[in-house]
Amino acid sequence: MSQLNLTLKIWRQQNANEKGRFETHQVEANEHMSFLEMLDVLNEKLIGEKKEPVAFEHDCREGICGACSMVINGHPHGPQQKTTTCQLHMRHFHNGDTIHVEPYRAGAFPVIRDLVVDRAAFDRIIQAGGFISVNTGQPQDANALPVEKDQASRAFDGAECIGCGACVAACPNASAMLFVSAKVSHLALLPQGKVEAARRVQSMVKQMDLEGFGNCSNVTACEAECPKGISVENIARMNREYFSSVITTETRVD
Amino acid sequence: MSLTGLFLIMFLAVHLAGNLQLLHDDGGEAFNIYAHFMTSFTPIKVISYGLYAFILLHAVQGWAIWRQNRIARGAERYAIKVTRTTNTNGFAASNMGWLGTIIFIFLVLHMYQFWLQMKLGNVPMVTYEGEEYKDLYTIVAAAYTNLGYVIFYVVSMVVVGFHLYHGFQSAFQTLGLNHRKYTPFIQWVGKAYAIVVSAGFAIIPIYMYLMQ
Amino acid sequence: MILNANIPDEVKKVPLEEKWTKYRSTVPLVAPNNKRRLEIIVVGTGLAGASAAASLGELGYNVKCFTFHDSPRRAHSIAAQGGINAAKNYTNDGDSVYRLFYDTIKGGDYRAREANVYRLAEVSANIIDQAVAQGVPFAREYGGLLENRSFGGVQVSRTFYARGQTGQQLLLGAYQALSRQISLGSVDMYNRHEMLDVVIVDGKARGIIARNLVTGKLERFAAHAVVLATGGYGNVFYLSTNAMNCNVTAAWRAVRRGALMANPCFTQIHPTCIPVSGDYQSKLTLMSESLRNDGRVWVPKKKEDAEAIRKGKKTALDIKEEDRDYFLERRYPAFGNLVPRDVASRAAKTACDEGLGVAPTGLAVYLDFSAAIKRYGQSKANSSGIHNASEAQIIELGEKVVEEKYGNLFEMYEKITGENPYKLPMKIYPAVHYTMGGLWVDYNLETNIPGLFALGECNFSDHGANRLGASALMQGLADGYFVLPYTIGKFLSGDISTPKIDANRAEFVAVEKETRERIDKLMSIGGSQSIESFHRRLGKIMWDYCGMSRTAEGLTAARQMIRELREEFYRDVFVPGKADEFNPELEKAQRVADFFELGELMVVDALNRNESCGGHFREESQTEEGEAKRDDVNYRYVAAWEYRGWEEDPLMHREDLDFDNIELKSRSYK
Repeated sequence: MSQLNLTLKIWRQQNANEKGRFETHQVEANEHMSFLEMLDVLNEKLIGEKKEPVAFEHDCREGICGACSMVINGHPHGPQQKTTTCQLHMRHFHNGDTIHVEPYRAGAFPVIRDLVVDRAAFDRIIQAGGFISVNTGQPQDANALPVEKDQASRAFDGAECIGCGACVAACPNASAMLFVSAKVSHLALLPQGKVEAARRVQSMVKQMDLEGFGNCSNVTACEAECPKGISVENIARMNREYFSSVITTETRVD
Repeated sequence: MSLTGLFLIMFLAVHLAGNLQLLHDDGGEAFNIYAHFMTSFTPIKVISYGLYAFILLHAVQGWAIWRQNRIARGAERYAIKVTRTTNTNGFAASNMGWLGTIIFIFLVLHMYQFWLQMKLGNVPMVTYEGEEYKDLYTIVAAAYTNLGYVIFYVVSMVVVGFHLYHGFQSAFQTLGLNHRKYTPFIQWVGKAYAIVVSAGFAIIPIYMYLMQ
Repeated sequence: MILNANIPDEVKKVPLEEKWTKYRSTVPLVAPNNKRRLEIIVVGTGLAGASAAASLGELGYNVKCFTFHDSPRRAHSIAAQGGINAAKNYTNDGDSVYRLFYDTIKGGDYRAREANVYRLAEVSANIIDQAVAQGVPFAREYGGLLENRSFGGVQVSRTFYARGQTGQQLLLGAYQALSRQISLGSVDMYNRHEMLDVVIVDGKARGIIARNLVTGKLERFAAHAVVLATGGYGNVFYLSTNAMNCNVTAAWRAVRRGALMANPCFTQIHPTCIPVSGDYQSKLTLMSESLRNDGRVWVPKKKEDAEAIRKGKKTALDIKEEDRDYFLERRYPAFGNLVPRDVASRAAKTACDEGLGVAPTGLAVYLDFSAAIKRYGQSKANSSGIHNASEAQIIELGEKVVEEKYGNLFEMYEKITGENPYKLPMKIYPAVHYTMGGLWVDYNLETNIPGLFALGECNFSDHGANRLGASALMQGLADGYFVLPYTIGKFLSGDISTPKIDANRAEFVAVEKETRERIDKLMSIGGSQSIESFHRRLGKIMWDYCGMSRTAEGLTAARQMIRELREEFYRDVFVPGKADEFNPELEKAQRVADFFELGELMVVDALNRNESCGGHFREESQTEEGEAKRDDVNYRYVAAWEYRGWEEDPLMHREDLDFDNIELKSRSYK
């Protein structure tokens, strides 16, 4: 099992109002650790020195909850594609490497502490319309509504989004289009979701703009950095949905 | 952006077709007749004013969006940022604002140098088959004897190429014109178009410089 | 204390099949105008919490919902991979509500309440309907209808699934329903708020004290009723498949206020997890049970081979077919690799204890897909009209089929271990996964504290001593969507004239003060050891003595060790930072402090239950073949523990389990 001696340049920031800075630390890791376990080692060391550990968000550590959220050497979730930080293993780094760790940087994601940012804007976008309006107890039998397999599978491709915000972090414009379009696509592609699709897309886009996310200029960095590989074809689909909603329906969201 | 962009993309094809007349070895006759037609035929004149408006609209919108996006990015910048993309040129895609600004500066000079001169300047006249034409060719040819100009033009065309390389497919994506079957083709056409158009424009000054 | 499970019509002996329907139709209702005046606190936003908050909001109650995460969508339900059971019988293989009920009771080794489980099986079908209507993209056939697969412990295919992300998709469905209620104003959502205590007013649960995790401030919240849906406590073992932040604090605080903790020793050890690779390890990753549909579990027959593998001198591929022991198929021919989790886990442990483990630590068995790859490859070749396909061709085709079925799991395995599971068999080992024990609740999901409800993994009710695969999602959603919204009416209908509860009442102030003192105490210790290190040590004690196999001697020793460790914790722990700011270490410290007390209670419970049942295996109680031996004469009950503080022993209250509809049998999967 090979040991790695690493230099970490890690962002420290007390809260949203105070200025942050990089702090340099030396860490010994081994190749089977995950990136977060390497940070655990750093934090144990800091606590041993009676210093404050680095705050970072994490929970499931199996790549599905979407809590982990840092930019490692210029890539959200690190250089491995289709991998969350918690599933990024140290065997992808080399002995002697210097690693930069920063929080997501976007106006709509203010820093709470060190590497922890506030992603509540995503929740508010979903609240604006990222659902199907059905109350408990109302539905018909599940098999009453067949969904074509490929169509269902494409809807699923959108539904796989874990809401981690890497798309925003990766985008030079801090745009949330991939996140929003993934949900719009998921629901618009299913017959259950079609009913209110016109209203949904307008409401969600409106909320997205209110939150201060940037515009999409189709850089595709979002797709390239998305730990779930969500495709920008969802963005095109959302644009289509949006135009057809605004132009061809009477639905207006104000 | 996408609609004005697509219009400008189409314009470039027409413009290139006309400019390639410069390569005719006829002392500029074909080019001058073309230039005359473009400036005197009324529908074309109308379209040309639309074109100017679209250029301005594209630029103004672009700057507005660019500014919004910078604000969205937040006050603090990444110390290290790598832009990885899936099917476009990352440099072009993330620098459309800068590329556009350079193109705009180029356009201002370009218009001053050729368009304004033709409209207001003292342009020599030539006569083909009994009709008088402004000899724009001579002005162009004179400009391209200056190596500095040639380099400026060629560099600007490289910038146009990058701008198109991303802009072409981006316009389709923004308009939602995306399909698993056809999008790869659109992307291919966009890349080819960017290369052909910018190379086409760039060849002219080089050729004329070498041929003088 | 006499425990009344409030099972409807026990005296009149209404048949099991009619109990829920009848009860549902007669349980007191709250009129819409009154619902508007009643407030309910829901703590937790996993499947149970989010579905309950959304459904209660839809009904017109004023709901306040809490999560310690940054968003309700991060709750650990999201990580469930395999699927959700429902008695739909879409596959026409003879499934029925009764069969699902029967399988669940039997799978739980006859330690669950019949009436609750029957109700669960009954509403299971509604869950699928509800989820589909919300847009949950379950797997489908080409005809557009839903697809099912089989899962461990049963012989029908009743599991609905959504790639390997069923939990995620169901949670997002509930989260979206919750988001809709938030936007409609019927639910107030409090993200980044951790419940630290429950407030009881005149014997009824009327509010909570929560810490705002961003500012560190303690805040009081009042309501007419409090619903806990705060998940399980598997992290008492430190290493488990639970998310890092899963904890027992909310439930444990309720216990400290008088709620009973039922069967805390019933923990589920999941057989197919990626083995531990080193001391730094922070958590274990589950490989879905669905893999056992196609994977064959084996170890080498010869110890020399196992040792050579451990030393890296041989790989699985060097072991000849006749030298492999497919021990599940050998020991349980009827169910083979699909035996329930407890049985599979124990068998793996036995194999490793015999020195046949295949990881450097000695703690791993193989899960091998090569047979499935060949089988699928051959059938694909046949169906594609490729005759006399070569071996390599067959393997290539088969790998594609396996990739379609389990691609994301294989990818995850490779990411974590760096080994390619298509070529080398996976190495797996059991790990703590789920806790069947939890807050004692009656048929209404109400704890013994009036107005305090517990849903999902947080309660003890439906899985007995062992939970069958794909039924945690079922239970969480059943509780939240289809049970609590009805049963809470029984309590609230008595409270329609109770005015809005004032959070400035003396009871709230007092509990807030106690909470602050607890925090101050932790902050002021200023010792030298990290919280993490204590948690690790506690986890090791729990795993070694209260894990897959337990003895009276070990448990007695463990109890003492836990007590000593707790004492050391309060003497020498170091909590960095300040109390009134964002401080994840302080959060951890409070959770670990509660784990000590829970851990001790688990050991006490395990010691008390001198039988082997489900996930609880007492070495003293086994057959000659080493199978678990249940003792229905002496232990056919729920042990509901009253916590009486650190100095006194906890007091057990019994709820005897009656089985009127099912004949108790020894659970055999042979």
